[in-house]
Amino acid sequence: MPYRSEIRFLLNDREVSTSKVGSDDTLLDFLRIDRRLTGTKEGCAEGDCGACTVLVGRIVAGAVRYQAVNACIRFLASLDGCHVVTVEHLSGPDGLMHPVQQAMIEQHGSQCGFCTPGFVMSLYALWMENPDPGGTEIESALQGNLCRCTGYEPIIRAAKAISGYGHPAQDVLNIERERIGARLAELMDGGRVEVTNGESHAILPADVDDLAAILNENPDATMVAGATDVGLWVTKFLRSISPAVFIGHLDEMNRIETGDDAILVGAGASYSAAEDALCDEYPHLREYWDRIAGWQIRNMGTIGGNIANGSPIGDCPPVLIALDATVALRRGDERRVVALEKFFIAYGKQDLRPGEFVERIIVPRAGKDQIHAAYKISKRRDEDISSVAAGLRLTVANGVITDARIAFGGMAATPKRATAAEAALVGAAWSEAAMLAAADALEADFSPLSDWRASAEYRTQVAKNLFRRFWMERSGADAPARLSA
Amino acid sequence: MSKDQSVKAPLETDMRSDPPVAQRLMRTGGERDAIRGGVHTDLKHDSAAKHVTGRAEYTDDIAEPAGTLHAYLGLSTRAHAMIREMDLGPVRAAKGVVGVLTAEDIPGVNDVSPTGRDDEPIFAEEKVEFWGQPMFAVVAETRDLARRAAKLAKVDYEDLPRFLEADTAREGGMPYVTPPLTLKRGEAEAAMKKAAHRIKGRMRVGGQDHMYLEGHIAFAIPGEDEDVLVHSSTQHPTEAQHMVAHVLGVASNAVTINVRRMGGGFGGKETQMNLFCAVAAVAAKKWNRPVKIRPDRDDDMSATGKRHDFVIDYEVGFDDEGRIEAVTGDFAARCGFSSDLSGPVTDRALFHADNAYFYPHVLLNSHPMKTNTVSNTAFRGFGGPQGVIAAERIMEEIGYHLGRDSLEVRKVNFYGGEGRDLTPYHQSVEDNIAPRIVAELEESSDYQARRRAVLDWNAKGGVIRKGIALTPVKFGISFTATWYNQAGALLHVYSDGSIQLNHGGTEMGQGLNTKVAQVVADTLQVDVDRIKITRTTTEKVPNTSATAASSGTDLNGMAAKDAADQIKARLTEFAAERWQTDAASVRFEANSVFVGGEVIPFADLIREAYMARVHLSAAGFYKTPKIHWDRATGKGRPFYYYAYGAAVSEVSIDTLTGEYRVDRTDILHDVGRSLNPALDKGQVEGAFVQGMGWLTTEELWWDAEGQLRTHAPSTYKIPLASDRPRVFNVALADWSENRENTIRRSKAVGEPPFMLGISVFEALSMAVASVADYRTCPRLDAPATPERVLMAVERLRDGA
Repeated sequence: MPYRSEIRFLLNDREVSTSKVGSDDTLLDFLRIDRRLTGTKEGCAEGDCGACTVLVGRIVAGAVRYQAVNACIRFLASLDGCHVVTVEHLSGPDGLMHPVQQAMIEQHGSQCGFCTPGFVMSLYALWMENPDPGGTEIESALQGNLCRCTGYEPIIRAAKAISGYGHPAQDVLNIERERIGARLAELMDGGRVEVTNGESHAILPADVDDLAAILNENPDATMVAGATDVGLWVTKFLRSISPAVFIGHLDEMNRIETGDDAILVGAGASYSAAEDALCDEYPHLREYWDRIAGWQIRNMGTIGGNIANGSPIGDCPPVLIALDATVALRRGDERRVVALEKFFIAYGKQDLRPGEFVERIIVPRAGKDQIHAAYKISKRRDEDISSVAAGLRLTVANGVITDARIAFGGMAATPKRATAAEAALVGAAWSEAAMLAAADALEADFSPLSDWRASAEYRTQVAKNLFRRFWMERSGADAPARLSA
Repeated sequence: MSKDQSVKAPLETDMRSDPPVAQRLMRTGGERDAIRGGVHTDLKHDSAAKHVTGRAEYTDDIAEPAGTLHAYLGLSTRAHAMIREMDLGPVRAAKGVVGVLTAEDIPGVNDVSPTGRDDEPIFAEEKVEFWGQPMFAVVAETRDLARRAAKLAKVDYEDLPRFLEADTAREGGMPYVTPPLTLKRGEAEAAMKKAAHRIKGRMRVGGQDHMYLEGHIAFAIPGEDEDVLVHSSTQHPTEAQHMVAHVLGVASNAVTINVRRMGGGFGGKETQMNLFCAVAAVAAKKWNRPVKIRPDRDDDMSATGKRHDFVIDYEVGFDDEGRIEAVTGDFAARCGFSSDLSGPVTDRALFHADNAYFYPHVLLNSHPMKTNTVSNTAFRGFGGPQGVIAAERIMEEIGYHLGRDSLEVRKVNFYGGEGRDLTPYHQSVEDNIAPRIVAELEESSDYQARRRAVLDWNAKGGVIRKGIALTPVKFGISFTATWYNQAGALLHVYSDGSIQLNHGGTEMGQGLNTKVAQVVADTLQVDVDRIKITRTTTEKVPNTSATAASSGTDLNGMAAKDAADQIKARLTEFAAERWQTDAASVRFEANSVFVGGEVIPFADLIREAYMARVHLSAAGFYKTPKIHWDRATGKGRPFYYYAYGAAVSEVSIDTLTGEYRVDRTDILHDVGRSLNPALDKGQVEGAFVQGMGWLTTEELWWDAEGQLRTHAPSTYKIPLASDRPRVFNVALADWSENRENTIRRSKAVGEPPFMLGISVFEALSMAVASVADYRTCPRLDAPATPERVLMAVERLRDGA
């Protein structure tokens, strides 16, 4: 098996190969400090403001696919075999502005200009995928970009005007996509890569078996998928994550398969990658999915990471527990499957043994007579962490609730089922009275905390009210029971 | 890259990112009959092409000379405590550390208080007075190493009692950080007693973090003798210069501050940058190496000040028509541990507690409370919004009390009419256009029909409720520190006809440099492309005021015009003599000078003038006329003029969760005769959304220990694109012209539209009120987070 001790990637029109890379080195620092590509800005160093947005392309199903990501929490080691595109790459060698840049100038889309390169890159990614986006699509693509000056209006106007200045087919990344793909393919050799900077060590396994072997040998290693959580351990808490094992490049870990009984989601699959498979099967997740973080984070962050890190306020666990999902765990060659709700033992403690990792998430296919909902409550509608998140699945046969799976996030130290509320529902008639009884029972299920996101009183009140919303929406009431996007 | 010629051609903007100067000059011939980029045109921001390409240089982008060191602050982890012992041994021993700075290492004075009250140490000495207060700085070979080392200090604290909020501080007997202000006219108490109706209430109005996308930063380069040059992102280079000199114990002439541009300021970089400039300069001189300091976002938000939050106690007496007889108000502000700008901020809250309304009898008091929190500071509106929102709450209260639309209450209380033009500070409102603005907006937004539709919708009793509100703003323009209302500019015309423009204002995105260049272009009648806008530096224009109080263009535009007028006068005199005609017949027009029947291209005239030894450089100056203010008596004319505006917002709320959406906002705003309508409209849109954020999702949350827990965008939520109104109609009052002789009869625009966000807040309140049939004023506190909205709905439903 080939073995390398350097990472190789393309940066704009140059190839970079470097062996001096630690687990903690970020792409943003590399761009700004090592390469003096200062167009990419640091606004928050936690993936929330988007000033550092760049595009990262990698080969997916045989072709290069570009996505907007946050360079501040993207680790350099994870870029092996990728094409990194920064704002400096947009104006051509003749200095002519890119259509996105022309539109931004014409619409007065910048004021202080600090967030602007990040907006340009997000709009660039959007325009390549969708040259004529609607308002909702633009807002979704800009969920991860903060602007404090303009009030966004001129940026939205610019987003709608881009295609008046050029078509994606004429864009350099499309014209050169095959050539870039060939170059990236040349960089990849299918072997393990290990790089070091000082005492910081990063490992890119050759494949999943290699990953299992590495983790078995280094049970204290940090496993890094999208780095949207682990990235903050480094940039905010200054924790060393060395040795770190990166898995974003492992196609097997990113695979999503829809089988007869279940959807199998590889633990390395990003929210974006898993969106269609899950939301096609479960349409109630579509709106919820759009409210998980911002676009860049959805492109980076993984469902596996959202589960494995055990946060009580992760968006995926409550809705997946309601769907009776299980997690497939692996240590060396040993494999086991546990129910997702059992995986969370206590705050910060998951059912993971040393050297064991989440290999995939198994989500059962939709069943007969099921009624579903997924709710997220947050201070700001988009790109915010839940105050309360809820997944509900009722099975109703002949007007009687025969099964109830209801799980909440933000209400306890772990994502947790509402067993008292469920008990109040099972056997009852599908009725408003039953839902209100379940809402009352909820107080026995949870004693939430007060913090900066919400008070305990609000969390309890809103969680109870969600049962009313559920009834109104699913019982066919004609008045709207919530605000549309 | 698209190079297809069939795509839409760029119109005005040069689509090449860096057009060479020579090429720009070549394109500016005398063939056209009007210049490019004169006043009252939609010129693009001068840095737009650089912004979108990433080539605009911010302080952190400046190439670092070899040997550059990086400083990082060590912050306290107690809100109020004696420092028993601070062991910095592990910090000094950490990898890459060059040294540590504490209070003992300050060569001059350990103080950066902007008003000279000597109450704001750079580094805490015996005790800390807020969580996040700087105690030391560590200097290391890289920023990462400095930041890691700063965490290694071992501090032994002895906790002291802490007061975190304005009301608890007031009840607990905490002192004022600065003398309070009283505004009084008439006999408020007596009039209150006689009034047919009286309402007493309390309102809590939250603070706001600036959340400029570029955080604080300073980069100091030592020079010979006592000299030091500091590149920084400050709104107030002169103050930074004075502070650095004060801290180093040197004269101001040894210190130079440079500011090319800021990545947003909003008031947050008016005084708060002084600390960073001082630390970088002290370290640079001590080790004789360049030193940069840039805190992480969390430290930036923990260690630097914000908008003041207020607890406002008000009482209003009024008649059956809702016409106010008397108002009293107590405005207690959380100022933090030091005075900073809390004096003028709390003063301005009182100056705006009338908003656009006449109070026949009025008594207003400010209470600038010392608290064990970060020292609050300037933020767009500077206390004004907290005053205006109190006035609007009073209008709302009267409306609910009488069962009327609060717009009707507003109309009967506007300034205007016999004996109804005097403000609580005894300035006459001479330019009152609020009624006209409101009437036009009421019409253009179809307010009445939409309000009826909202009432009809709510009458159906569904989960989703709607609200609509129209609120005006009247905002006083001028620094209330009268001496601040002065400005300078320096204009050079080089012998090739190119022009270099410098003035004392700073560019933070508002387009100040663009507007000032337009003024110069117009005055000299040359294309704006001929004018190079340079960084702000204390070397070129001394003793400048902060770029603040919306005054940037008013002051610096006039100073630049003065400089251009001087050069123009010299050129006129020269041309008259050279072509043997009288000066009155020399005309500057469209890149040319018309003299004695000849048309001389501007550059040719300059060349001739240079050869004839005409002085082609001028320093311009301006001071605002008419203003005066006597704080002791609370009387005067603190404001040169007022800017006006109004907004109608319509919202929907979800009464099960408290979530909401702004369905539509219409704005009509007064910028006088706009120098640049496109830039002004950008200011109005941006200020509105920022004001809306202040009153909706932007919540500062301190825990019981006094630690701010919303200290980064992950926890502090400013509006996103999807939060802006679903329909957003913004218009400038194109008929408005400043009645005072301001620069081209324009008006200031930075702050006034911020307060238009209050329309969203009041519309949310109406939607909440609908659940109790509008009988009760919901008395929402700000910010109206979804939680506050839901809890108010529950409270009203319970009949409380």
